[in-house]
Amino acid sequence: MTKVEITVDGTSTEHEVEPRLLLVHYLRDVLGRTGTNVGCDTSNCGACTIHMDGQSVKSCTVLAVQADGSTVDTVEGLADPVEGEAGWHPLQRAFHEEHGLQCGYCTPGMIMASKGLIEDNPNPSEKEIRDGLEGNLCRCTGYQNIVKAVQSAAAEMRGDTKVEVEV
Amino acid sequence: MTAIDTPSTKNVGITRLRKEDAHLITGQTNWTDNLQLTGMLHVALVRSPMAHAKVTSVDVSAALDQPGVVAAFTGADLADNWAAGLPCAWPVTPDMVSPTHLPIATDEVRYVGDAVAVVVAQSKYQAADAVEFVEVEYEPLPAVVNMEAAIADGSPLADTTLETNKSFTWQKIDGEIDDAFDGAAHITTRRFVNQRLIPTAIEPRSVVCSPPREHAEYTMWSTTQVPHILRLMLALTCGVPEQELRVIAPDVGGGFGSKLNVYAEEALLLVLARKLRKPVKWTETRSEGYQATCHGRDQVQDLSIAFNEDHTIRGLKVELLADMGAYLQLVTPGVPILGAFMFNSIYKMDALSFTCHGIFTNKTPTDAYRGAGRPEATYGIERLIDEAANELGVEPFELREKNWIKHEEFPYTTIAGIEYDSGNYEAATARAKELFDYDGLRAEQVERRASGDPVQLGIGISTFTEMCGLAPSRVLGSLSYGAGGWEHASVRMLPSGKAEVVTGTSPHGQGHVTSWSQIASDALGVPYEDIEVRHGDTAIAHKGMDTYGSRSLVVGGYAVQVACDKVIAKARKVAAHLLEAAEDDLEFDGGTFSVKGSPDVSTTIQDISLAVFAAHDYPEDMEPSLDSDATVDPENFSYPHGTHLCATEVDTETGEVTIRKYVAVDDIGKVINPQIVEGQIHGGLAQGIAQALWEEAVYDEQGNLKTGSLLDYYVPSAADMPHFDLDRTETPATTNPLGVKGVGEAGTIASTPAVINAVVDALRPMGVNDVLMPASPSNVWNAIQAASAGNTDGGAA
Amino acid sequence: MIPATFEYVRPSSIDEAVAALAEHGDEAKLLAGGHSLLPLMKLRLAAPEVVIDLGRVDGLRGVSEVGDGRLAIGAMTPHYKVMADPLIREHCGVLADVTAKVGDAQVRHRGTIGGALAHGDSAGDLPAVLLALGGSVIAQGPGGTREIEAADFFVDYLTTALSDDELVTEVRVPKLVGDWGWRYEKFSRVAQAWAIVGALGMVKRSNGHIEEARVGLTNMGTRPVRCTATEDAIRGQSPDAIEDAAAHASDGTSPSSDLNATAEFRQHLARVLTKRALTAAVG
Repeated sequence: MTKVEITVDGTSTEHEVEPRLLLVHYLRDVLGRTGTNVGCDTSNCGACTIHMDGQSVKSCTVLAVQADGSTVDTVEGLADPVEGEAGWHPLQRAFHEEHGLQCGYCTPGMIMASKGLIEDNPNPSEKEIRDGLEGNLCRCTGYQNIVKAVQSAAAEMRGDTKVEVEV
Repeated sequence: MTAIDTPSTKNVGITRLRKEDAHLITGQTNWTDNLQLTGMLHVALVRSPMAHAKVTSVDVSAALDQPGVVAAFTGADLADNWAAGLPCAWPVTPDMVSPTHLPIATDEVRYVGDAVAVVVAQSKYQAADAVEFVEVEYEPLPAVVNMEAAIADGSPLADTTLETNKSFTWQKIDGEIDDAFDGAAHITTRRFVNQRLIPTAIEPRSVVCSPPREHAEYTMWSTTQVPHILRLMLALTCGVPEQELRVIAPDVGGGFGSKLNVYAEEALLLVLARKLRKPVKWTETRSEGYQATCHGRDQVQDLSIAFNEDHTIRGLKVELLADMGAYLQLVTPGVPILGAFMFNSIYKMDALSFTCHGIFTNKTPTDAYRGAGRPEATYGIERLIDEAANELGVEPFELREKNWIKHEEFPYTTIAGIEYDSGNYEAATARAKELFDYDGLRAEQVERRASGDPVQLGIGISTFTEMCGLAPSRVLGSLSYGAGGWEHASVRMLPSGKAEVVTGTSPHGQGHVTSWSQIASDALGVPYEDIEVRHGDTAIAHKGMDTYGSRSLVVGGYAVQVACDKVIAKARKVAAHLLEAAEDDLEFDGGTFSVKGSPDVSTTIQDISLAVFAAHDYPEDMEPSLDSDATVDPENFSYPHGTHLCATEVDTETGEVTIRKYVAVDDIGKVINPQIVEGQIHGGLAQGIAQALWEEAVYDEQGNLKTGSLLDYYVPSAADMPHFDLDRTETPATTNPLGVKGVGEAGTIASTPAVINAVVDALRPMGVNDVLMPASPSNVWNAIQAASAGNTDGGAA
Repeated sequence: MIPATFEYVRPSSIDEAVAALAEHGDEAKLLAGGHSLLPLMKLRLAAPEVVIDLGRVDGLRGVSEVGDGRLAIGAMTPHYKVMADPLIREHCGVLADVTAKVGDAQVRHRGTIGGALAHGDSAGDLPAVLLALGGSVIAQGPGGTREIEAADFFVDYLTTALSDDELVTEVRVPKLVGDWGWRYEKFSRVAQAWAIVGALGMVKRSNGHIEEARVGLTNMGTRPVRCTATEDAIRGQSPDAIEDAAAHASDGTSPSSDLNATAEFRQHLARVLTKRALTAAVG
């Protein structure tokens, strides 16, 4: 067992873990933070996407011990549940308003990947959004409303006045 | 998407943002795999690496010695626990051959992934480790992987306890089929292949089962589309009295048919909870699920269509080989026979012959996958019409228009004997052509052909219809289906004037909570926000037929409407009593009953709810209740239709296909929530296009799944998917009071032939008349190479 | 989905890492970004007894000028840093552009240049670019360091010239001098899939002619391929020579056949993609 200290959504956590423990299982099973999902075993689907030290990563392909000393941010840290809808992150609001989710299973990973995308490129084109989300699979939406949601959130995060997004 | 500005319809027909979203976008979710129960144990299965073998020994003793392992069982250890094998609810013929399907195999394994033993441990890591210590000895048997070989003389058997690899032959002949072909002026004959697909709901399957402890009964949480069906079937399979089993479908992450089943792991976990008296959990890994969760499609179609001199259709012959896989799952044999009602599609003809052979192979069982039988049929007829048009030398639209049912001919009884209640193919087609710039793209196609551009342009048409709203119970009975097609809803007015709607449908992404709230809000006059919709728990929604086959709105939404109407009928009695007026003198609008001509003499549904709760003063001839139950059995299927147009650019040097433009004009009747409808179509299109271009489950000759993970099975991402241009025409269904038709599968059903017709259209000048799906670079390039060598069928024959 | 157990070692210096490798030998695997190793371990296709995590080793990250007209890139530099690095963008932009085609955004945040090259997968995008550039890797073992030319580094499928007791500390690429253009044509089934075939074309332009050309191919055999026949055929020629030269791109290759392509189709694609890459590179 190895001791890890990981700051998750602003809270410091400390546990003795097996070195083989995957970061996503540390989040879900050790911490009970089940907002982050697992959708595959080959690093393809992106459902488990979180931010580690500010970069989007697939938490199924990182060992918890590799994240020792790191800061991890998940979808659960984007908004304070106590504040309700008023506290939502622009991406959360945009996914809701543009119907960027159906079953919602890919959504936490999709939102965290989109957050990274917008941080790297605050004004992405439709093609840049589509290419930037190539590592996240959704089986419900056909992606069109996800693209719309990311464009809409990016506009809000840039501080643009509300624009009608047509993709 | 504009609101209809009348008080009585202030929700239906407008976009309401989904009530479902808040917990899903914040990670406050309730997926089955999230559950952690005190003392819960973790289950892992040992699966056969061989497609077909005798199991000569299974030894779990070394696994039992591993850290954390609590129990381990072989198939033989558990054999006495099954009251019956896993169910097939659709015995399509009286003599259908159906192998016994035990959740854990005992002495023969029949596909890679068939379970042979189970390990139970304190953690999932320990369970995964212990699996490697189960020693299994196999004696290989020949694997049957190809359907035609399977029914050839002397074929080895996929199941050595059977005498044949054929499960059934199902036939339906309408009209004088021989006459139709004997005198034909032209006959077009083709073989098309609908490849095997893996549904790939993004949430992997997961099951948790607790013995009586959390609740008074066995409680199963499962990633299922069908909690009600599952409860009944597990009771029968495991010998647990139905009333002692509660099934909960919590948040479910997509299904597309793959969670419309009764799976080995569900039965197994119930039995393990009973044996061990502990809560148990199993969650598949994606690669495991690719072996153990039902596949879809896998059908070979031999089609002939006969024409008169004037290009009207005389008759259609359909002969199908449908791959069942190794076992018959819940509705496996019923899926292809739905084609008997769909191959004729929107076209008039005098005769239709449909024959379907269900074949066993040593592969993962197939079952419903988005569209279930209708995509296959639509692909077949829409490809065949294009091929016939080419042979007859006419524009593909011209041949369609000549043969389709005119809008003034509805209701129309088709050659297959079912009545299409409404439709307007002309209107949808005209709108689609306009949106698409059909003439402009045809002109560009001519230019590119003339200039010899290595990237050729193709235009594909799909004028589809489908049957959904499964289904009239009597029709299902006539098709030997094991249950009915009714749906149930309850409405309860609460004392505070709020309402609870309980539905027997079981959504997993479709937005029923929102849409049902819209229907109930308008019907009850209760604000949208004041309505709660409950579902997916047999202890709460005690009765239901669940969600599949685009049935939820058409049947379940209909039930909500009827249940609300019943509440309003009761409320009207109370209102008349309280207002001292005759019932017939009352108007009801927007939640208020008022006396005709005296609008000030009124009371509201909220006031009536409180009055009925208090029950101090209510009519003599009724109970003090504003609750209602409605079970509706639809009188007919519903028949969405539409015209989809696809433009593809095909790189003739590399075989790469790119979708340049996709237009979908759908007629799904009335809509409840336009945004949700658009989302359903987008998602449906993506899956249908994915079949056309990317996805295929491939087995080798030994029965190994070569596309065993998302590394090799190509589910498209946003970067691969085109933009879609949508519109709707609206021809209301006449068979339900909402005028709705169902939309869950339309996009999938329509899009696959639209794309392939476009690919073939691009390559037609090169002599290509078919391309195998998926139209991968390799398949396209092979078709081009074969055509240049004089073989034009893309390799299908 | 769950790796087998292993002993975890986390050295903080290159010397410690080398010592750990020497101690554990072929029972050990080096963990860089983990995006090749961990997927194999999760599927239990790899089950090393010891995992040596290079994540905390000082001095393995970053880009610098070596002084001999080359850039040195620390082996643990993640892909996204390579893509954005000013020195690489200025002097060897082709490496940044090809790296941008590796995996997806999340993979590029974790995956490292050294890890990707040391994995020795000819279906990966980076081996072909290193080969075409005439780059090299610096390996360190108990006996010290040595430089291995790209042409010698890739030995066979998933096999490199590294010994069991060596690790890659640095990757070296030349600074491109002159008017270079390039294009990497990555041909795959879906965006995030591995290349069926990839073709990198680089040309140094001079007075409307091609002064020099480099062609590297991905997934055309057990090792990355450099197409010297094509390079030779267009050296000093006008761009009109590209088509005939590209017809030799598959000469001497022996690619595998799989679900996506037969060997014959791969060779055809290599020729077509090389033609397109070189044409685009000329600009």
